[in-house]
Amino acid sequence: MKAWAARAALQLALPVVLVIGWWVWSESNDSFFFPPLREIVQAFEDAWIWERVGSDVLPSMTRLLAGFGLAVAAGVAVGLLLGSSRLAYRAALPLIEFLRALPPPAIIPFGVLVFGLGDGMKVVVIAAGSVWPILLNTIQGVRSIDPRFVEVNRAYRVRARDRLCHTTLPAASPHIFAGLRASLSIAVILMVLSEMTASTNGVGFFLVQSQRGFALPEMWAAIVLLGIIGCAVNAVLVMIQHRLLAWHEGARGSALSEVR
Amino acid sequence: MSDGARHHGQRHGGQVAGGLRRGLGAVTPGALSVVCVLGALELAVRSGLFDERWFPPVSRIFAELADQATTSGFREATFETVRSWASGLVAAVAIAVPLGIVIGSSPRLHASVKLVIEFLRPVPSVALIPLAVVMWGTGAETKFFLILFAAVWPVLFQAIYGVQDVDPVALDTARSFGMGRGRQWLHVTLPSTLPFIATGVRIASAIALLLAVGTELIIGAPGLGRAIGIAQSGGAAVRMYAYIVAAGLLGMLLNLALGRVERSVLHWHESHRTVVQ
Repeated sequence: MKAWAARAALQLALPVVLVIGWWVWSESNDSFFFPPLREIVQAFEDAWIWERVGSDVLPSMTRLLAGFGLAVAAGVAVGLLLGSSRLAYRAALPLIEFLRALPPPAIIPFGVLVFGLGDGMKVVVIAAGSVWPILLNTIQGVRSIDPRFVEVNRAYRVRARDRLCHTTLPAASPHIFAGLRASLSIAVILMVLSEMTASTNGVGFFLVQSQRGFALPEMWAAIVLLGIIGCAVNAVLVMIQHRLLAWHEGARGSALSEVR
Repeated sequence: MSDGARHHGQRHGGQVAGGLRRGLGAVTPGALSVVCVLGALELAVRSGLFDERWFPPVSRIFAELADQATTSGFREATFETVRSWASGLVAAVAIAVPLGIVIGSSPRLHASVKLVIEFLRPVPSVALIPLAVVMWGTGAETKFFLILFAAVWPVLFQAIYGVQDVDPVALDTARSFGMGRGRQWLHVTLPSTLPFIATGVRIASAIALLLAVGTELIIGAPGLGRAIGIAQSGGAAVRMYAYIVAAGLLGMLLNLALGRVERSVLHWHESHRTVVQ
């Protein structure tokens, strides 16, 4: 118990010191760029609890989840296909190499041109930009399945659907989750960027509006909110991973297996 | 894979033909599918399946790319993007590697900074674009700091992870052979941490390019991102696609260059080679 308390104190000390330090320092200096933390907290309360949650946070999160969901569905499905056929993999490799090397923000103007300024554009941009880590990791996961499992499946003539649900997907899932984590952070970035380029609502839009109006406390409040959103969606994904991969001894996974 | 086969063939003169054939075998399905996809796209536009205003024919996009490639505007934009990518990445590595090694070798220190890192890492770096614009304007400086902020985390994380992963038996062995701290570090810690750092650098490189193009697009700092945005808002669809293709090719080239550096630094690391391939 004592060791636990000491550990908690050690972990919490620096964050607490930093926040207090920021509070005191920003209170006493009159830099335009760093308004007092008190004002930022005030602006945060005014805007985000819960005034603009429905009008800005909700649209942002909907786009994020729709885009990321599309990326997961497409990435895993295509990854399973390409992972189980050597020929298909080799045929698709140059195209995948090109598309994953394409810096994701480069597709935003393409999205604007083809899909206009609406939600559809943002969802497509998020999906198209964040699908690659999922796809590559799924392929890697399927290809690294223990060949003995494949042989046992063949020997017992396991049906394709059971093979998928009981061998391929579980065996590939540690890799898939490594891909999901990399993809999620790209998806959040693209959500913000696409809302900054062309939007009439959303957290990214609010952020840019506050900056253009030189409303610094509001701008900082939006940055803090985006930090919280980034942490929260990541935490949810890690929670799902721990639950689904509890059986996997290296549930935390070697970072080396992350393909990027 | 084809690369390995070729090298193999060159070293053993008699096997050149075999190596070449194997090399071609590895390349053909990929090249074939690229040709097929490009041809199908071209056909889809020419036959009117895709609207030409939105999807110009592939042949015209590549012709435009070839045209643009000779202009000074294109070269400057590419140079600006590459320069900010490189400077941001190098600065991130220079900061994150020593920091990560120090943090990773002290469990106490790691415990105390862990929460701060865990909170800052998932902050979407693009959220800082407005702040950086207010502080440094819309030039190369803003781009540099944003790339630096974004690229530090993966390298830092991997360096910490790598130091903690050093085989304690190897360290004990080095100690019992009477190696000093400096030599322990040089001969045990650093070599076993390097593959992890390399992974971090690879991730950071992709993020750095993302941030470079993203900030160019949003705030109009000179570079490929701005060129893509300008072409789109000016209604020059062909040029927009040409620049997007250029950005993709640039990304591939940078990946390739980084992979080459990595292989020459880590050529001795057996398990890493299998990861790369």
